[in-house]
Amino acid sequence: MRKNNEPILEAKDLTKIYSSGIINKEYTVAVNNASFELYPGKVTSLVGESGSGKTTIGRLILKLTEPNSGKILFKEEDITDIEGRSSKKDYYRQIQGVFQDPFSSFNPLFKINRVFDMVFREFELEAENKEELISQSLQEVNLNPERILDKYPHQLSGGQLQRLLIARALLLDVDILVADEIISMLDASTRMGVLNLLVDICRDKGLAVLFITHDLNLGYYLSDDTLILHEGNLVERGATTKVYENPRHPYTQMLFESVPDIEEKWDRSEEFIPEQITEVVEEFYQNNREEGYKEVEENHYVLMSLPDNIG
Amino acid sequence: MEDSEAVLEISDLKTYYRVMKGDVKAVDGLNFTIKRREILGVVGESGCGKSTLAYSLISLDKPLQHISGEARLLGQDLMQLSKKEKRKLKLKNISIIPQYALDAFSPTKKIKTFIKDLVKQHGRRADRDFMNKVKERFQIVNLSTSVLNRYAMELSGGMKQRVVMLISSMLNPDLLIADEITSALDVTSQRYVTTLLADLRDEGIIGSAIFISHDLATLYQIADRILVMYAGRLAELGGADEIVHNPRHPYSRALISSLPRVGIQHKDRRLTGIKGTPPDLTDIEEGCRFRFRCQHRTSECDASPEMDQIQQRHYIRCWNYKSLGSDQNA
Amino acid sequence: MAVWQKIKNNENIYYALTNRKVQLGFSLFFLIFLLSIIGPMITRYSYTEFAGPGNHPPSSDYWFGTTIQGRDVFTRTVFGLRSTILVGFIGGVIASFIGVIIGLVAGYKGGLVDEILMMLTNVVLTFPTLAVLIIIAAYLPYRGIVNMAVLVGLTVWPWTARAVRSQAMSLKSSGFVDLSRISSNHILRILFEDIAANMFSYIFMVFILQFMGTILATVGLEFLGLGPTRGISLGLIMQNAVNWNALELGMWWWGIIPGLLLTIMIVSLYFINTGLDEAFNPKLREF
Repeated sequence: MRKNNEPILEAKDLTKIYSSGIINKEYTVAVNNASFELYPGKVTSLVGESGSGKTTIGRLILKLTEPNSGKILFKEEDITDIEGRSSKKDYYRQIQGVFQDPFSSFNPLFKINRVFDMVFREFELEAENKEELISQSLQEVNLNPERILDKYPHQLSGGQLQRLLIARALLLDVDILVADEIISMLDASTRMGVLNLLVDICRDKGLAVLFITHDLNLGYYLSDDTLILHEGNLVERGATTKVYENPRHPYTQMLFESVPDIEEKWDRSEEFIPEQITEVVEEFYQNNREEGYKEVEENHYVLMSLPDNIG
Repeated sequence: MEDSEAVLEISDLKTYYRVMKGDVKAVDGLNFTIKRREILGVVGESGCGKSTLAYSLISLDKPLQHISGEARLLGQDLMQLSKKEKRKLKLKNISIIPQYALDAFSPTKKIKTFIKDLVKQHGRRADRDFMNKVKERFQIVNLSTSVLNRYAMELSGGMKQRVVMLISSMLNPDLLIADEITSALDVTSQRYVTTLLADLRDEGIIGSAIFISHDLATLYQIADRILVMYAGRLAELGGADEIVHNPRHPYSRALISSLPRVGIQHKDRRLTGIKGTPPDLTDIEEGCRFRFRCQHRTSECDASPEMDQIQQRHYIRCWNYKSLGSDQNA
Repeated sequence: MAVWQKIKNNENIYYALTNRKVQLGFSLFFLIFLLSIIGPMITRYSYTEFAGPGNHPPSSDYWFGTTIQGRDVFTRTVFGLRSTILVGFIGGVIASFIGVIIGLVAGYKGGLVDEILMMLTNVVLTFPTLAVLIIIAAYLPYRGIVNMAVLVGLTVWPWTARAVRSQAMSLKSSGFVDLSRISSNHILRILFEDIAANMFSYIFMVFILQFMGTILATVGLEFLGLGPTRGISLGLIMQNAVNWNALELGMWWWGIIPGLLLTIMIVSLYFINTGLDEAFNPKLREF
């Protein structure tokens, strides 16, 4: 029985580099030496703007893409290099994902029950209780099986589809759920319902959740731990309350300052130009004599200077 | 602000989409006034009609049609003008930054070409005088003039949005309509673009603005008044502070209390959304449109509420708001 | 198959069937197709026999007149139509099949597999197709309808492969493909149900183009005298007519009618394709 203070997944120095072009190859470092842990029963939010690499990290964890270097340990086993459908299948019995766009997550040609059928078939779940199991999991996400299973994706709303995908992920009794911007395409009024559902279920079942988002307020609401990404670098991480109340990395600070709050208006006398952020961050790295991460308080780490790039 | 002239006066404006399946009553009886130097924030869920309002003022293209009511810009009723007459007003008196402006950038065109094309579309010429003025304005938006020679793909979303804001305000319009100008941007750019809109008003470059967004917190930062729209109608309209800190309409209250904020964690306090979904606006019947999702519904709500004035320039459409007190938890 | 049922519910089918160009093209093609089926059944001649006097204009005995040697033009035309359509079908199927498979695998897999397949595609693409066909055809011991069609089919697939590849590449980044991957679906299932099924309309259009292309290529060969050594086809008839100076000698029925039917067939297919393009591309649909 796993103790709750042991991580269920460890990412160590994950790096992903994309190259484009054949003659004059251009390299983009999407993720640079990212290291973090996921714990059972805890929600970890991965916060970043577009291009920060957060979706790439989600895909790396889900093995939809392979890292250029680094390791992923799942239950202390190195799964970085597993290949082949059957080994990946074992992994997918224990980790699943829900993605940003509910409508593009379903093949438009099929009814929505296909996504459940796929799971039953590929993971060889008990076919006898299939209807019951599906029915149960739909009810857990507050959906009515009779009204839903026979429909095509375009006949349902975004909120319903996301709930369906959560139900699908839960059929497998997974240990980890990767939720990539799962509510950003939903209407304001449906968002909270889907989110609360996710958190409730995860806490009940002791799941580890990696919640990828650009919305800082949501991150605070949901998560126990927070990871802040900037241009592929994990610049700050730690307990959510600590990171939010005491941000120490300049990027984190500027990020928080940009979030609109209904209690307090922005101080408009300060000019705030987004392009300056990169400069300020680089200056910070250059001025620091310490290398790598510094533990500024318990369970709160800040990147003081850039680690070496590989390749 | 009390004695400022009215830049825009909307009286009982109705514009519907006339399509095969019926009339989609997207803007169904709106009333409000915008004074000079005022920024009006318009908030609501998608499908509530806020973008339709924008299009109604700028270009009424089929299947969108004017049904009744007036929209007077500096005295002239926009609904009665011909396309030609409206063109004269474009960019100079009324201007819009449309919702998908960022998509209009062709990745292989230089920014200066984009600017010239855009201006041409509005029936004006981007001659040398114009381009010189553009260069001067670049400073205000913190862009270097070298941007003119760059390609769209070299710029970030925030930078492109600034170019669009620059052009839309070039001729110092009396009213600038900004439709979801921050939604597709990163958080850091959102702050910059939002404050830029307020700066443009402060410097007198734009006379007034309508700032449309689904994000109430962003609107709150710069709006003087906020119009909360629901299903094509006004739910509540009042000063920004009033709406955000003392909302009266059940919908406004529900909206505010469902906003996640730093300080509230799931394990401490549960935030709930609003149950149900917005109604289909096709041939929608009379009655308060929010009643199916409202916790305070009574039998009166089957009749459409009239517009009530709570205090100066603060209006509401609800039968029961008085009995709700000022408790924020809807 | 389950996939087929899904496709039937598709709104694309609705738009396809109601598009005027499709309806026009399909009607024309259908008429010609009917002619190729029924024509040979109702004619009293065979296409090789010397049915009557040469150089005879259309009459009640000889509906399309006779050739200079006295063969019935109607009979020859309808039989020729039959084999030309068969040729188009065989060549079209072969080219589409090869092109789709290669395009799917190259587009989905990417990387080295993609590079190798694309190299192969480019090589075949840059073949001087007609020249190759001429050389091979000239050396074949006998030229029949089927082996000509197969030959052409084997040389025209590259275009399909590239088109299908680019569609596959864009479809592979769809959310539902990711979902299939984390559901551990077999790659063949993904290629068929997720990728190919979602470009079914595209593949159909491609097939029509390959059908047309094969016909045109074989007619070209036939004009050069490399037509079938046995059997008959429209191109062969047209070639004979040209060789015998049919037009100059006033035998317009021999010179023009077969060619006209061929043209109408090709044009009808073109209409179908253009109409389908409109139907499947929401931005082009008329309201």
